[in-house]
Amino acid sequence: MTQQASKQRLVVIGNGMAGCRVVEDILKRDPGRYEITIFGAEPRVNYNRIMLSPVLAGEKAFDDIVINDEAWYRDNAITLHSGRAVTAIDRASKTVTAQGGLVVPYDRLILASGSDPVRLPLPGADLAGVVTFRDLDDVDQMVAAADAGGAAVVIGGGLLGLEAAYGLAKRGMKATVVHLMDVLMERQLDSAAGFLLTEALAQRGVETVLSAQSEAILGEDGRVSGLKLSDGRVLPCSILVMAVGIRPNTALAKASGIGVARGVVVDDQMRTDDPDIYAVGECAEHRGVAYGLVAPIWDMCKTLAAALTGDDASAYGGSMLSTRLKVSGVDVFSAGAFAGGEGCEDIVFRDAGRGVYKRVVLENGKVAGAVLFGDAADGGWYFDLMRQGADVSGIRETLIFGQAITEGLSGLDPSAAVAAMSDDQEVCGCNGVCKGQITGAITAQGLTTLDAVRGVTKASASCGSCTPLVEKLLKLTLGDGFQVQTGPAPMCKCTSHTHDVVRRAILDGGLKSMPAIHQALEWTTPDGCASCRPALNYYLICAWPGDYQDDKQSRFINERVHANIQKDGTYSVVPRMWGGMTTPDELRAIADVADKFAIPAVKVTGGQRIDLLGVKKDDLPAVWADLNAAGMVSGHAYAKGLRTVKTCVGSDWCRFGTQDSTGLGMRLEKFMWGSWTPAKVKLAVSGCPRNCAEATCKDVGVICVDSGYEIHVGGAAGLHIRGTEILTKVATEEEAMWTICALVQLYREEGWYLERIYKWMDRVGLDSIKAALADPEDRRALYDRFAYSQRFSRIDPWAERVAGRHTEEFNPLSRRLEFEPA
Amino acid sequence: MNALVKEPAILWTDVGAVTDVPRRGARRVPSPRGDIAIFRTGDGAVFALMDKCPHKGGPLSQGIVHGQSVTCPLHGRVIDLATGEGTGADKGHGCAPVVPLEVVDGRLMLGMVGG
Repeated sequence: MTQQASKQRLVVIGNGMAGCRVVEDILKRDPGRYEITIFGAEPRVNYNRIMLSPVLAGEKAFDDIVINDEAWYRDNAITLHSGRAVTAIDRASKTVTAQGGLVVPYDRLILASGSDPVRLPLPGADLAGVVTFRDLDDVDQMVAAADAGGAAVVIGGGLLGLEAAYGLAKRGMKATVVHLMDVLMERQLDSAAGFLLTEALAQRGVETVLSAQSEAILGEDGRVSGLKLSDGRVLPCSILVMAVGIRPNTALAKASGIGVARGVVVDDQMRTDDPDIYAVGECAEHRGVAYGLVAPIWDMCKTLAAALTGDDASAYGGSMLSTRLKVSGVDVFSAGAFAGGEGCEDIVFRDAGRGVYKRVVLENGKVAGAVLFGDAADGGWYFDLMRQGADVSGIRETLIFGQAITEGLSGLDPSAAVAAMSDDQEVCGCNGVCKGQITGAITAQGLTTLDAVRGVTKASASCGSCTPLVEKLLKLTLGDGFQVQTGPAPMCKCTSHTHDVVRRAILDGGLKSMPAIHQALEWTTPDGCASCRPALNYYLICAWPGDYQDDKQSRFINERVHANIQKDGTYSVVPRMWGGMTTPDELRAIADVADKFAIPAVKVTGGQRIDLLGVKKDDLPAVWADLNAAGMVSGHAYAKGLRTVKTCVGSDWCRFGTQDSTGLGMRLEKFMWGSWTPAKVKLAVSGCPRNCAEATCKDVGVICVDSGYEIHVGGAAGLHIRGTEILTKVATEEEAMWTICALVQLYREEGWYLERIYKWMDRVGLDSIKAALADPEDRRALYDRFAYSQRFSRIDPWAERVAGRHTEEFNPLSRRLEFEPA
Repeated sequence: MNALVKEPAILWTDVGAVTDVPRRGARRVPSPRGDIAIFRTGDGAVFALMDKCPHKGGPLSQGIVHGQSVTCPLHGRVIDLATGEGTGADKGHGCAPVVPLEVVDGRLMLGMVGG
């Protein structure tokens, strides 16, 4: 008993993961040193809080997640006061006071009070059925709500919010996650992984509403009935979970005069500014960081246990973080930084078949971060490499394939590694083809090309990711006899696929967004480049009119601001003049605009309209407003789309005119304006073969003759000079309209981005174009698709901007600074 | 005044929220030495450069932001956002000066000197 009395008294405030872990660590090091008392605010033994998500999802029971049961406290002679919060610390007399007036003295005191979930101060936040996701009581409330069925809303698309939503959906509720940001788990994931996560959750019954600001919680009879968003949408629900973050629980420390910033401030030994009081876990703040994940908390506990058992050298140096999402079947891992910086390099691997996306970011030859989706088995390995700061330049080639492959091939150069592979080692995972089958086929059947190998063995014929390996096998087997084929060029450096393959995949695979294309076609970059993004944006607009939301950030500046950038950074503005016709009123309005905005140059263009040059970007919306007011719309002089329809005066005025060329030109322009095309499209209609409108050097030209209309295609008068070819001749204006729209639609569907009509014609051949338009029904179908698409395109972008759309594009971020950049 | 002194001579000036800059986009801030371009990548990282391409002075803020680069709208020069230098074949042909930028509580702080 005397020995007992000489023991130091250790009091732990907090019976959670940190509090108990540090006690366990102390007991492991020196079981007899302290007389231990633990206070817990929850009326329970110690349980694994991070496993609450599986409990909510019904995948585990509470008993499964208990870390230390009552026997542990008893066996280790720990006094547990559960359900009893500590209300005061008296640092002078070194005692703590708990609810009910219990006073316990301490020699050493550990604050492990954890954190509180943040509750948004929304109207209606106090309604019944509005919960957070922190402890078992919250889980019980959610389970009760789920038993009654109905809908659940979770505010917060972070780790915890997604796990809550998944759990509720698993219990049969219609769950919706409302997230303020445009990417789920934006602190841990890049936009590619965020997109995949959104899709995977949707398959598991969790809907996602991104970029959504919550405005008010609605209620009926004192109980939550829905969430109102700032855009007016209402999401009905019978339970609402706020999972928007945590705040270190510092009230007790603050009231006791202990130093507190965001959390309780501790040094490298986890000591507060009172030498006998320590803090660990989510309530602590170390070197300015308050952690909310379990791994750093374990590190802190280890250090503190060492410090409290006489090891003065032990010090906590902060933690690198990694994250795993606990949603069944959705494997997500993230660690480190992937936002890049100087000397950063991305390695991306995608496997569309397995729904895998992996991205490892290297910085100066070391792993700086990793995002893994769909296959996170190597997360720990990348995290270790990152923490060790290991130089990975030597294993860069295989790094992305993971630890097993990298270590299997270590020390071998890639060709030697391929040579060293055993014959039964699998090369093509999609089709299950081994090395021996490939080399066997090459020798036995005298194959010399990649395509031949694909044809015979199927190796690399599906996803294509093993193509380099198959090429190496060809080279190895044939020696100098192998020559790399040159086929159609890939779209850009982000992919090995051609434009045609990508366009077909968009339609066949129902791919309706850029991230969906990136994943399905295994892009090698996280989010594309400056060449493929505008191309994909166009392909999506063309494939899914009215459905696809245009991506402004993937457009070249001219299309983003509906004007042409000039060499000094000013813009030129060209209002539309239908068929080249104008009026005194329009001309007056143009003159007034030029005066009002001090526009330095006014020029007549080659397309029969007027160009206002030198307009400042900030003035653009006001210039457009004035032109709109005079009845003019954007001339799309900046667009990969329909530009001008040049006409002559035709039978209206000209003594040689055979048809109303001006009228047809205006009719064409009024129907076709606003359409997006692979490259610019210029039309012209001449009223007779004298061809004053120069129709035979346009993308599409019409030459009117007595008996009807000759339709010409494929002219150019720019970098290349090309006369048109005759496509067909029709008898009526109606037929001319139909044929031209069908032709342009065919070009829209087949042309590669930035490929002018004459180049497209050279590539596919005029005969193929004629054949595609020969059948009246095919022609009609093309025309109908064009007409449908035009329902969403004949919108004046100027008027939309004048009405306030995307004003941020034109306004500087801040007022003019008074100081100079450092 | 929302300028606060962090180091001697450098004034950290709040010019707006990180989220005011669109992902894969940029915004301009006028200054006595010309516009400053503030970029935000798809990953949410932000960078500040003088808004002048080293090639012919094109406004980089108007280019397409991809990965950690921007393509100048005038002649397609690709500039690394972290260094302001050209990348690949464009390397070594001058640079757009980097402007000190820090993010504090979601706010963009530009490093300025009195003048």
